[in-house]
Amino acid sequence: MLQRTIPIAILSLSGIILMLAYFSPLTTSWGETVLGWFNVLAAVAFVLGAGNLLRVNLERISAQRSGWAYSAITLVSFFAMLAFGLLKLGAVPSEKHPDKHFAGAYEGPTAPYGWMYEYVLSPLTATMFAMLAFYVASAAFRAFRAKNTESILLLGTAFIILIAQTAAGMFLTGWIPQDSVFAFLRFDSMKIAITEYIQTAGMRAITIGIALGVAATSLRLILGVDKSYLSKS
Amino acid sequence: MHEHNGSDSPSFLARLGGIDRRWIFLAMGLSIALPILLKLRFPEYPGPMAKATFDAIESVPEGSTVLVAFDYDPASAAELQPMANAMVHHCASRGHKIVFMALWTLGRQLADKAIEEVLLEFHPGLRYGTDYVQLGYQAGNEGVIKLMATNVPEQYKTDTKGTPLASLPLVAQIKSTADFALIASISAGYPGAKEWVQFAESANPEAFKLVCGSTGVQVSQLLPYYPKQLDGMLVAVKGAAEYEMLVEGKYPVEKNAERLGQGRVRMGPQLVAHMLMIGLIILGNIAMVAGRSRGGAR
Repeated sequence: MLQRTIPIAILSLSGIILMLAYFSPLTTSWGETVLGWFNVLAAVAFVLGAGNLLRVNLERISAQRSGWAYSAITLVSFFAMLAFGLLKLGAVPSEKHPDKHFAGAYEGPTAPYGWMYEYVLSPLTATMFAMLAFYVASAAFRAFRAKNTESILLLGTAFIILIAQTAAGMFLTGWIPQDSVFAFLRFDSMKIAITEYIQTAGMRAITIGIALGVAATSLRLILGVDKSYLSKS
Repeated sequence: MHEHNGSDSPSFLARLGGIDRRWIFLAMGLSIALPILLKLRFPEYPGPMAKATFDAIESVPEGSTVLVAFDYDPASAAELQPMANAMVHHCASRGHKIVFMALWTLGRQLADKAIEEVLLEFHPGLRYGTDYVQLGYQAGNEGVIKLMATNVPEQYKTDTKGTPLASLPLVAQIKSTADFALIASISAGYPGAKEWVQFAESANPEAFKLVCGSTGVQVSQLLPYYPKQLDGMLVAVKGAAEYEMLVEGKYPVEKNAERLGQGRVRMGPQLVAHMLMIGLIILGNIAMVAGRSRGGAR
């Protein structure tokens, strides 16, 4: 009983306080207190996330499931970075307190933590992101086909944006005077028309829909109608 | 399985549709590598969004305190770091005091990089604590923004060096986000520019100018807020290149200028890669039509 009542009470109280804090300056400090709790919980979520990472990967290694070697690499990397960061291994001694190990800096590339960030993490994440270009090119070649009116519209829009996002747009149509009746044929003008009118109009509709959904869901949670976030046990 | 004889075999164009994807990967690799190696540069013409961002920073009185949030990580650094560098140089050249922070765990390191490679490189006279401060990362996503909207010292008790905010002249008097003249979020997603609009701008409308830098894929989410809630917006590498032109035009640097021209350097590969994409799409459609007409003829 208490396992369900207390979380619902905390959620309802926090939600009501935050709403009041938005409208009434008298309750601003209450809202700040609740937000302080929220930020502490967000930080604790990192610990939970680390625990979950451990559990999932240890399970995979112990069961020798396919890809277990990747799990082992993940855990070794995780513990290495944790040790370099928490224990400040190899930290550069502080000028003010050279005798105090934990006063040292560990973010620079001369310390193991900074080195791992600069020369392992940064290039790896950038590489992962950069690989998208290759897959997008391959997918565009195979899937972007003008089969019907909708796909022709999509293709036309894609061409305009792809050209307008480079110097080719100005090279091809930049000679058309901006104040002439044909200015709408300039790629930069077409891009603005697509993004600021068509795209924005669609996105506004979606955003308003999402906002209404969020408001409705929040109210259901605050009033205790929706309890799906609680454990069933 | 059936075998094709000479007359039934698909035409060259139709066979093109089944090209090995590794050729496409090679073409894409070359279209990116060659412009970088050949240092291809193309002229850029600042668009209205880049101009609006530039004007927003210019319109704030000289010596104002501005907040720059590094809301991205190294995965998006290639796209966003050029605009962050240009913005930091712009703010410092205009005489603004800069407060750095991050909503992404690895954003703090990217802010450090901008401080080291741009701020201290081109503005060596600036002093920590009075001209700029690094607040670093705080967990809490939009909760951080929401708390900062009313109480910055409650959210950030110290800077990244552990110095209490009250001891740093630049931020000692900062109570809420309304005390900043301008906030800039260089953002790759959640939490980022959208959350700054929803939780900081909405809490103190008109109190400060809000500009953002955004990745190309995120821009559709931010467009509805421009130009009312967002005073300026830099979109992807092109936005960075256009903004660099404006900043360099007014605040040129004497040496290491390439650090402020990385957006324009990246526009070379972008041009060739985009042209390749268009070519591939056209080629794919020609192959489809050729395959259909061949099938129809039979």
